[in-house]
Amino acid sequence: MRTELVVVGAGPAGLAAALAADARGVHVTVLDAADGPGGQYFRQPAAELNARRPRALHHQWRTWERLRDGLAASGVRLLTGHHVWTVTAGSGTFTVHALLGPEEDQPATVHADAVLLATGGHEHVLPFPGWTLPGVVTAGGAQAMLKHGLVVPGRTAVVAGTGPLLLPVATGLAAAGTRVSALVESADPRRVARHARALAGKLPEGAGHAARLLRHRVRPLARHTVVRAHGEDRLTGVTVAALDAEGRVRRGTGRYLPCDTLAVGHGMLPQTDLAEGLGCRRDGPTVTVDDEQRTSVPGVWAAGETTGVGGASLALAEGHIAGRSAAARLRGAVPDPAGWAPAARTRESLRTGAAALDDAFAPPAHWTEQVADDTVVCRCEEVTAGAVRAAADDLGAGDVRTVKLLTRAGMGWCQGRMCATAVAGLAGCRPDAPRRPFARPVPLGVLARTPLDQPPQDHSPTGHSSTGHSSTGHSLTDRSSSGQEQPSSDRPSSEQPLSGRSSSDLPASDRSASDLPTPEQRTPGLSTPDLSTSDLPTPEQRTPGRPTSRRPTSGPPPTG
Amino acid sequence: MNESLTCDVVVVGAGMTGAACALYAAREGLDVIVVDRGHVAGGTTGAGEGNLLVSDKEPGPELELALLSARLWRELAGELGRETEYEQKGGVVVAETPEALAGLEAFAAGQRAAGVTALGVTADRLHDLEPRLAPGLAGAVHYPQDAQVMPALAAAHLLRASGARLRTGRTVTGVLRGPGGAVRGVRTERGDVHAPFVVNAAGPWGGEVAALAGVRLPVLPRRGYVLVTEPLPPRIRHKVYAADYVADVASDSADLQTSPVVEGTAAGPVLIGASRERVGFDRSVSLPALRALAAGATRLFPFLTRVRALRTYAGFRPYLPDHLPAIGADPGAPGLFHACGHEGAGIGLATGTGHVIAGLLTGREPLLDPAPFRPDRFEEAR
Amino acid sequence: MNPLRLVRARPKPAFTVTVDGRTVEALPGRTVAAALWAAGVTSWRTTRGSGRPRGVFCGIGVCFDCLVTVNDRPNQRACLVPVRPGDVIRTQEGTGHED
Repeated sequence: MRTELVVVGAGPAGLAAALAADARGVHVTVLDAADGPGGQYFRQPAAELNARRPRALHHQWRTWERLRDGLAASGVRLLTGHHVWTVTAGSGTFTVHALLGPEEDQPATVHADAVLLATGGHEHVLPFPGWTLPGVVTAGGAQAMLKHGLVVPGRTAVVAGTGPLLLPVATGLAAAGTRVSALVESADPRRVARHARALAGKLPEGAGHAARLLRHRVRPLARHTVVRAHGEDRLTGVTVAALDAEGRVRRGTGRYLPCDTLAVGHGMLPQTDLAEGLGCRRDGPTVTVDDEQRTSVPGVWAAGETTGVGGASLALAEGHIAGRSAAARLRGAVPDPAGWAPAARTRESLRTGAAALDDAFAPPAHWTEQVADDTVVCRCEEVTAGAVRAAADDLGAGDVRTVKLLTRAGMGWCQGRMCATAVAGLAGCRPDAPRRPFARPVPLGVLARTPLDQPPQDHSPTGHSSTGHSSTGHSLTDRSSSGQEQPSSDRPSSEQPLSGRSSSDLPASDRSASDLPTPEQRTPGLSTPDLSTSDLPTPEQRTPGRPTSRRPTSGPPPTG
Repeated sequence: MNESLTCDVVVVGAGMTGAACALYAAREGLDVIVVDRGHVAGGTTGAGEGNLLVSDKEPGPELELALLSARLWRELAGELGRETEYEQKGGVVVAETPEALAGLEAFAAGQRAAGVTALGVTADRLHDLEPRLAPGLAGAVHYPQDAQVMPALAAAHLLRASGARLRTGRTVTGVLRGPGGAVRGVRTERGDVHAPFVVNAAGPWGGEVAALAGVRLPVLPRRGYVLVTEPLPPRIRHKVYAADYVADVASDSADLQTSPVVEGTAAGPVLIGASRERVGFDRSVSLPALRALAAGATRLFPFLTRVRALRTYAGFRPYLPDHLPAIGADPGAPGLFHACGHEGAGIGLATGTGHVIAGLLTGREPLLDPAPFRPDRFEEAR
Repeated sequence: MNPLRLVRARPKPAFTVTVDGRTVEALPGRTVAAALWAAGVTSWRTTRGSGRPRGVFCGIGVCFDCLVTVNDRPNQRACLVPVRPGDVIRTQEGTGHED
């Protein structure tokens, strides 16, 4: 299959980008691992659960409706259940290699003239004794399971860690009937207050959450941290303790909180594997982009958390800009930034806010002191903190890669996505920019059959037929059980003919709002009141395109 | 944080070869400092599989070095215990056709004459040796001397056992010279290291170190990929590869060649190695290379088809025009010794190389004739 | 309150699956992990090193802690794989592969 612009990730950034490019006549295909659009932030309940009031689990619901309806009305083709494992470049074309469906054992490829990476991020958790016990989950994980599966892991929860994600997770769990006994935040409220100006927009939202916390009788414990999770084969409680001004645990302040669930998170990390594989320049953990959201590799754009963690509203702004830039560049035109000035202003302000959040919600400075030598750090390979320390102290390992080679920390299934930050902290070195040529595990049988042939050269509407079939002929419907809704990629809306979009070769700046809704008006609401800076992003808003898949048989909610 | 250091010998390169040179030099009573611009095992060593092979070497100086090295590895494994994950698992070279088997057996006959243990395996016995091999293979040769280490662990533990002072994260920017051009140590961006002897164990970057001393060593990189699978129970008992691997190793072609070497590891994952490409220091992902590795591996072991590859990494194997390493003194820079250019065999050949270098440093009679590895052999050819 | 009531869900009829031989009801659309949580099960794997129990951790397919054997296919991420009628779900030990 061939397309002009392939967007990887159907979260806020990817959808905003796709709609912006589509509105300018570009033939866009969006791939996502999940069973429907939304990414992590706008993750929807499974269709078969037939939720009639899904907004009860969401913020910015109007924004989601606009994205959802904009997508349905657009010519964007959405390929769900596509787990992208690498993107390759060659002779003016890009090839996206994906694995299909929940088993991820059948290949699919999409060829494109340009690539837009909106792969989001994932949460990271710093280790502490007991953190591998069942019942300890990431804050975002608890939220994801709640939003999609409408399920919670237990009856009594503690929410802990640091960052703006914790508040909505605590209120979400509480609203869903879990008793949330405490919200344990390591940040110092005074430090947050120091950023009051940059966070100005955040405060009303935070106040709303705070009121809900009160209503659900969630005890807020600021400048506290979880020092240990207790239990034999299952979490039975946690010990929390107060932190001093330096971020050290204060002696004698420990107290035991019984709970069967600990939802814990220490912030987000960008997902940059595909960008790295393409050779895009990175700055620390993020992909470097210019004002147009272009990466260092011609033909590759990036938007959203991939380029720096900043939340859904920032992702929308970046996605919009990226989509417009890509649309213009694909037509050989130089885009006029004046056309996206409102989005650029939003981006500027939200990036400032994101930096303030980063500073305000840093994990405790001395977290490593709480990690005992027998605490497992690498969950996959069961490498202890003691082994990491020994590699650094006794064997001369001075970087994460060498620690990995000497201890296997980061060599397991997750490839260090969960532990690399912690390993760096324990070894006393800086985190490496990860190098993971496979964004996800690939069956050797698939790799052995990976097509290397030249892509088809047409963009004709025929080639753009709405079947959603990959070049291998494996359609999503092949894998679905009967009697369920059509996959989103097959839904009628994606059959919208291209002929109605004859102005596609006009320069982007000449496009008016006369045909399809322009994103400024209809989709992310970049300059509309409901998405002003008062909607400062919270890091729950992310991870489009990260593996959130179920069997790709249920599309997004019908437009009606 | 500059510091000026003095020692008997400074080894440039904290990979496997540098570690072995440091160990054997220290055992000769020399005071050793190892410098590296990166970290321990951060270059070719960290991207290798840890093959200690005699099976792929034709009779000649490299095989002699491999046999010496194999003996020394066994001794070290006895001393260091399980730290290096040394395992003498043996190699099995399989032939898919009767013609390939005939060629393989002739090759093995030559090796036997040179002291290699090579046991013919008929098709009907093959699956006793390696139960999950594909059906229909013509036969194989079993090489019990082939072994394996975890290369990064081996380098780190040899370095530690050597007692040498380790100075990583410091780049050698020059070679200090004294009267008559004699080497006097190295300059790093964080201070000088004074020593009458310098050992160049910089692997694919050995040519750059040589150039700093004003001499030429035509080391070039050859890129190799390794695929790593999900952890599995022990299913592949030996190092298993197809007979055409030997031809690839000796090849002068710049094009991609792949013939898979498939092996299990103590930790669980299966390693699939041995693509070879001459593309300079380009680390970008080569799907054709990975595809060929996967295709070759699944042809040998069909059960791997549904096993997932978790990661892949590229390394740069240093090679010299005649595919032999450079081991010995450089007459163009008295006091400079080279120990690099082992291509994909450096882990296996490290012990013998280190032992020979230590002997040359102290004037002891080496355990084998180092003449074929003379670093200046390329100058004569001109 | 529970999550289904919160969003006024009207799920399609439940079906049954087995978890280590025990019959359990599951709602269509849920992942294996969600079905297990709903059935009160929070661990379904033991590690290959120390044999410790594990279940969901990241919940979005990144951490691979929730690996499970479904219908004899080992190492499926329970948080991604949809539960299907009649699924045979088994606690996975070690690598998940038979020796």
